[in-house]
Amino acid sequence: MAALLEVSGLRVTARDASGGEVTIVEDVGFSLERGEVLALIGESGSGKTTTALALMGYARGGCRIAGGSVRLGETQILSLSASGLRALRGRRVAYVAQSAAAAFNPSRRIMDQVVESALIHGTMTRAEAETEAVELFRALALPQPYRIGQRYPHQVSGGQLQRLMAAMALITRPDLVVLDEPTTALDVTTQIEVLRAFKAVVRQRGTTAVYVSHDLAVVAQMADRILVLRDGRMREVGETARILASPEHPYTQSLLAAAAPRPHGDGVVPEEAPPVLEVRGMTAGYGSLTAGGAPLITVLRDISFSIRRGAALGVIGESGCGKSTLARVIAGLLPMAQGEMSLGGEALPPAVEQRDRDQLRRVQLVFQMADTALNPSRSVGRILGRPITFFHGIKGKECARRVRRLLDLVQLPASVIDRLPGELSGGQKQRVNLARALAAEPDLILCDEVTAALDTVVGAAILDLMDGLRKELGLAVMFISHDLHMVRAVCDEVMVLYAGQRVELGSRASMAVEPWHPYTDLLIRSVPELRQGWLEEAAAVRAPEDAARRTACAFYNRCSVRIEGICDRTAPPVQAVAKGAEILCHRGEAELLSMLPPRRRHAA
Amino acid sequence: MKDFALARLVAMRLGLGLVSLLLVSLAVFAITSLLPGDVAQELLGQAATPEAVAGLRASLGLDQPGWLRYLHWLGALFTGDAGKSLVNGQPVVALIGSRLPNSLMLAAATALVSVPLALCIGITAAMWRGSFYDRLVSTLTVSVVSVPEFLVATAAVLVFAVHLRWLSALSSVSSIDGIVSFLRVFAMPVLSLCCVIVAQMVRMTRAALIDQLRAPYVEMAILKGAGPVRVIWSHALPNALGPIANAIALSLSYLLGGVIIVETIFNYPGIAKLMVDGVSTRDMPLVQACAMIFCAAYLFLVLAADLCAILSNPRLRHR
Repeated sequence: MAALLEVSGLRVTARDASGGEVTIVEDVGFSLERGEVLALIGESGSGKTTTALALMGYARGGCRIAGGSVRLGETQILSLSASGLRALRGRRVAYVAQSAAAAFNPSRRIMDQVVESALIHGTMTRAEAETEAVELFRALALPQPYRIGQRYPHQVSGGQLQRLMAAMALITRPDLVVLDEPTTALDVTTQIEVLRAFKAVVRQRGTTAVYVSHDLAVVAQMADRILVLRDGRMREVGETARILASPEHPYTQSLLAAAAPRPHGDGVVPEEAPPVLEVRGMTAGYGSLTAGGAPLITVLRDISFSIRRGAALGVIGESGCGKSTLARVIAGLLPMAQGEMSLGGEALPPAVEQRDRDQLRRVQLVFQMADTALNPSRSVGRILGRPITFFHGIKGKECARRVRRLLDLVQLPASVIDRLPGELSGGQKQRVNLARALAAEPDLILCDEVTAALDTVVGAAILDLMDGLRKELGLAVMFISHDLHMVRAVCDEVMVLYAGQRVELGSRASMAVEPWHPYTDLLIRSVPELRQGWLEEAAAVRAPEDAARRTACAFYNRCSVRIEGICDRTAPPVQAVAKGAEILCHRGEAELLSMLPPRRRHAA
Repeated sequence: MKDFALARLVAMRLGLGLVSLLLVSLAVFAITSLLPGDVAQELLGQAATPEAVAGLRASLGLDQPGWLRYLHWLGALFTGDAGKSLVNGQPVVALIGSRLPNSLMLAAATALVSVPLALCIGITAAMWRGSFYDRLVSTLTVSVVSVPEFLVATAAVLVFAVHLRWLSALSSVSSIDGIVSFLRVFAMPVLSLCCVIVAQMVRMTRAALIDQLRAPYVEMAILKGAGPVRVIWSHALPNALGPIANAIALSLSYLLGGVIIVETIFNYPGIAKLMVDGVSTRDMPLVQACAMIFCAAYLFLVLAADLCAILSNPRLRHR
């Protein structure tokens, strides 16, 4: 039997700034049997999304499919007319976009959008399509399958939208589904739910799919075969098991190595090192203060921790848990409502306006998006020179000398001094962003998801750099991240936040040992592991969406070991456990050890 | 519950509109009081004795303090009495009543022509953005916006009335007795007004739509197999309604207050011309009433556009 999809010699070009044509995808070819799932994997700019879109005969603005052929069944897609393409898209090939939040039309009800393809192509009447949609909602484990379609996109969560988008793609029972990084924007605890729903539907319907991702661990769960792309060229293609076990191409090997980050440093900070920052009972949020002194919308509640000189503290939690707010509160951008902060033993005023210049200098913030944090119309030299002049009063030649030293420190060539941020790569921009914070010669650097926007390999290099600087300059660093792998690899201590509360705080070593707080346990279980079959073994987790009631323990609604009548009524106590950590839970150490399902050893 | 929240939002906007109108009335009264000149002096002429002027001022109530006159005026306004013209003693309401329908008719005729025209041009330009047609529309709208309306109006008179002799240079509303005469009277004023407002609306419509057409959900619609018409009508346009409604409201508000030049050139008996006459004769009650009408119309249109934006956006509609 001939393959369902056959791609050969695919070439896509883009117009560059000067009007010339550059090739962004070159000579890509593969074939796909019916019911097979193929993963396209690579870093940003590798051409994986461009390749996937070309399967629908579509190229984004400024791009052009310049050559090759794409055959689906009997149809040569690249030679179709505009109306032929319209008849194909959404009917025989369907697309699931990366960000469902942006790909749903905000002003139309979800059901209208889910059944739209079926109505455009006339495959079903509206009533039939809605019945089919409800069927898909149920198969994708969406809550209230009969009613969710009547909502607007902003009324459902990100994980739900991503599944609704899968329903939108599958409604016409297409021959081929293209999934473009469908879980990248989700938290790990949500991602596992979505992946499980996708996989069940793909299996049940025998869907043929192309799955685009940068995450090998996710791909290992979904794909039968993997195609590795880099710089628009195919590097390796093969069965998933074979690629994971014995990658042939050096690039695939480096991808695999970067996916399992090695620990940095020894993880032991001398106990005698004095604390740089101490925080006691921090409560912060938005809105006017209530009678109790807490803000109307409390984002952080009773947070205490300290960071010693030369140490790294990792702060981890899902989106909305308050981890970025924590950095803003420490930096003074959002003054805390209650609690105390001290910097190097002296009290630190809560608001940035109350701090003197030296206090400002000693705490520096590195923002997540270097793209937006760096002024696009200033040269790197001016960006770095400004804090040197501001904090140290140094100008002219000495300032230029210091700028060069900073660039040297972050391993950038001195030639970038006159460049604008827009002329640098993502990794280079993040290095400039870091150098800007270092220019103040701070005691403490707050890093807010500094590697989230970077590819794995580039991000690993930035983390290496941070680690070196920390040892060299004796810096204290706070890493805020949603990536448990990263935090465990680079931090000496880890703090887990859930709904603005510190549910666990312990050393790196303690994070590798049971018992964990039930939420930490859930987080650890949800991180995909780089082996096939992990998704099937991972215990089902309670989805975040059924959290409706406000309870004394914020995690009550999702907790697998909750005690009804206690956990929802009384605030949980902080308890020290033997592994060297503090946990916010009613359950005792022995209970946690025995009740949470044991973790597979070989995964550690 | 949600309907209640929506009703509250609408009530809030209406209340804010009323407060604005009250502030406007204060401003209008204050500014007209500050205008140089004195109606008694104006009526009696240069030769009048100071005693005669003072007597007339007292009989017109002009000797009372400003705040008292404001309260009297505002109170009367609420009962629908805008006072009497200081010049000819006729009730201001009657004066305006004879002119307002003419102005509304001109505004309505212009709106009926300009809004659909502007929307069509704006939408098609956005659909075929980057094409020759789009560039032509962009160039033309910029040129038309930068030509002052008196030039357009004068040129229209020169071409259609003086050279071609198709139309009459003056717009006499009383001569309308059928469709043809209606067209003859309104063609030139409507044309001149359209030139000004169509260009603005086209540019705003095109910009608002193109902004939406760049959104990922439009790409998604294309990848679902939607044709260009569906992409525009069911996807992009509903999200662009807010800005488009605002652009239309701003343009239409101009039709009531800003048509002075056009009404003057065509000698059209509208309310703007009435106000200009009122200013030249220092007929303050008339000027104040006209100003209030213009401001109320403006506030009403902006409010309508706001409500339109709220109703077309589910994120505002269902909080």
